Amino acid sequence: MADFDIPKIPEYPIIPKLEEGTMAHSSPFVAKPPHQEGLGYPTELVDNWENKAIEKMGDLLGKYRSFQVYLDSCVKCGACTDKCHYYLGTTDAKNMPVARQDLLRKVYRRYFTFAGKYFPGLVGATDLTKDVLDEWYSYFHQCSQCRRCSVFCPYGIDTAEISMAAREIMDVVGLGQKYCNEIILKAQTLGNNLGLPEPALKDTLVDLEEEVEEDTGVAVKYPLDEKGADILLVTPSADFFAEPHIDGLIGYGKVFHEAGVSWTMSSKASEAANFGMFIGSYANMRKLAMRIREAALELGVKRIVFGECGHAWRVAYSFLNTLAGPFDFLDPKYPVPQHICEFTWDLIQKGDTLRFNVEENDHMRLTFHDSCNVARGSRMGSYPGGQFDIPRNIIKTVCNHYYDMPQDTIHDATYCCGGGGGLLTDDLMELRVKGAMPRMAALKTVVEDHGVTNMAAICAICKSQFSKVLPYYDFGMDMIVSVHQLVSSAIVLKGSEQEAELDGVEEEETEEATA
Amino acid sequence: MSFLSIFYALIFYAATALLVVGLVRKIRQYAKTPAPLKIPTTPAPVTKGGVVFRMFKEVVFFYSLFRSNKWIWLFGWVFHLTLLIVLLRHLRYFTDPVWWWVDLIQPFGKYAAFGMILGLAGLWARRFLVDRVRYISAPSDHLMLALLLGIGISGASMTFVAHTDIVAVKVFFLGLMRFDIQPLPSDPLLLIHLGLVAVLMIIFPVSKLLHAPGVFFSPTRNQVDNPREQRHVADWAVAEFESAGDQQQSKP
Repeated sequence: MADFDIPKIPEYPIIPKLEEGTMAHSSPFVAKPPHQEGLGYPTELVDNWENKAIEKMGDLLGKYRSFQVYLDSCVKCGACTDKCHYYLGTTDAKNMPVARQDLLRKVYRRYFTFAGKYFPGLVGATDLTKDVLDEWYSYFHQCSQCRRCSVFCPYGIDTAEISMAAREIMDVVGLGQKYCNEIILKAQTLGNNLGLPEPALKDTLVDLEEEVEEDTGVAVKYPLDEKGADILLVTPSADFFAEPHIDGLIGYGKVFHEAGVSWTMSSKASEAANFGMFIGSYANMRKLAMRIREAALELGVKRIVFGECGHAWRVAYSFLNTLAGPFDFLDPKYPVPQHICEFTWDLIQKGDTLRFNVEENDHMRLTFHDSCNVARGSRMGSYPGGQFDIPRNIIKTVCNHYYDMPQDTIHDATYCCGGGGGLLTDDLMELRVKGAMPRMAALKTVVEDHGVTNMAAICAICKSQFSKVLPYYDFGMDMIVSVHQLVSSAIVLKGSEQEAELDGVEEEETEEATA
Repeated sequence: MSFLSIFYALIFYAATALLVVGLVRKIRQYAKTPAPLKIPTTPAPVTKGGVVFRMFKEVVFFYSLFRSNKWIWLFGWVFHLTLLIVLLRHLRYFTDPVWWWVDLIQPFGKYAAFGMILGLAGLWARRFLVDRVRYISAPSDHLMLALLLGIGISGASMTFVAHTDIVAVKVFFLGLMRFDIQPLPSDPLLLIHLGLVAVLMIIFPVSKLLHAPGVFFSPTRNQVDNPREQRHVADWAVAEFESAGDQQQSKP
């Protein structure tokens, strides 16, 4: 199936012995000149790039406390070394978080510290050379910026911060990644990562409306660019066409319909995802976030709700207010922004709005995959950790059979799907398959122990990654489902055929009982 | 006045100056560098009090390390705990009269030295025996442990193997603090111990020991998780992106 070895899932979790250079060949396609130019970066490696890179490093050291503190604070204790899914799946030594950071730290020490300047051999400091730059390009595109390492580091050192800085330095000297930079440019100019123009979006939504009406007998709307709506839904563009994402979008619409709120999507801000974060570019991340602010102002909405997207939710929850706030023109009764899961769970808790026929999901035995950015970079609800409970609460409301994967693979210890952080591209397939191994192992456990048939997630990248990677591990690609897909299957809309069937049957039964 | 006493006095003045100046500079750098984005590792506390509690768990119990790896926690935490006890016991050499609680912990300090030595030895052993830790250990990582072990072993030896004239040692250090240099005993163990301590003080602000002030400035641990409730934005970001003022005028 592949021209690389698919990792064998071990019988019980083990920490593999390290090997050197097993993934040194892995490197994503380099960005073409138009993509670089569009984002304000040089189109190829500039003259004097070594000095420019060190200059940029110095600039970032002055702007980001995380970068400065984390480069100084690592004591090489090794606590992080067995925590990264890419290390566990590839056994490449440089995929240990500390070793990955050291690719940059050894240059930082050389140019910015006393020990590195005068005793480089003692502290492992090296000059910045082309070999080092190539190493950076390879290995900082073997980090999905999932922050798992930061949970287990005594000081909370976050390799993602180093990875983002490294990619920004590389971009600034003309070495960018095609996948991320091409997508960012599309989102900035066309409104979404896929470059779907407004007519295409409109067509897709009209088709969706027809499909849902045929299915349920209810005219659920999926509006686009409707001025004066209450809620602006910002959702990953994959939700418009990919499976199982689109089933999630169908679910959001049904929930909004039952809630009786007016809502709309925006063709200008038709993308929740923000790849600007992956390349460590505040400027590009902000530019993308501002589209959402502008769309909200233009459409005159009162609330912003985000759909099922992992890193998008981290940017939305943690950074939207910073980058594109203040949002004092929105309704202060609601947090800005909200997650669709928060919206749905609030409604479920109210108890009187949503009706479910849970048997519709009885053929599935579910587990839930905590997406990394949601788990370790965000919150839902009013207490820390709500992002673990709320999606599970929704699933348990609409499904009878739910089982969690092993404790040390979920919640804030969740394993990244292996496709995040700008790595969801075919030129990194070997990395993606190997990086998924720890999550696949955990899934195998609940499949064997509890007969789990499906895994739900609330991240567009996770859904795409799993669809692609599950078959490599002998699982079906349609094992991965959206949470709001489960909601959509079970929901009984007022005035729908499903409702008639259910209530009609009840009437018959009552008649028989009284006869 | 012996050359030795003057030499060590000067070494300690220099070491103190380098340690204090170095740390002040680094701490000021960390304090002045902005954290432009809210990046606490979630789940994270939503109040300042919660952050204080989180920091307390980390600094006092090494909470994240405990979750991460029980062996490193065992050796590392025991080393730090016994180091604290030993350091507090040493206050007796710098205070006159000795504070009552420093007096109380004297016997604990003596035996804590063994905890230090065992903890350090365990950590050093890992740097040879575990392939992942061996790979990431630079010469400075080994030397740091050797330095600390040297301090611990030479110190414990003065208690348990060959006594030193600690009265004269105290007179020397009290004298240093009053800029009145007194004679220092010339025991080899003492000179090694003091020499290594001076080296530790000198390298502290230019080494990975900066993790000590660093942990308090770690954004993944010290930030309150309230980005929706309160807008958090760095001055440089406002200057670079919002100086036109259009982001503030939000009401249409």
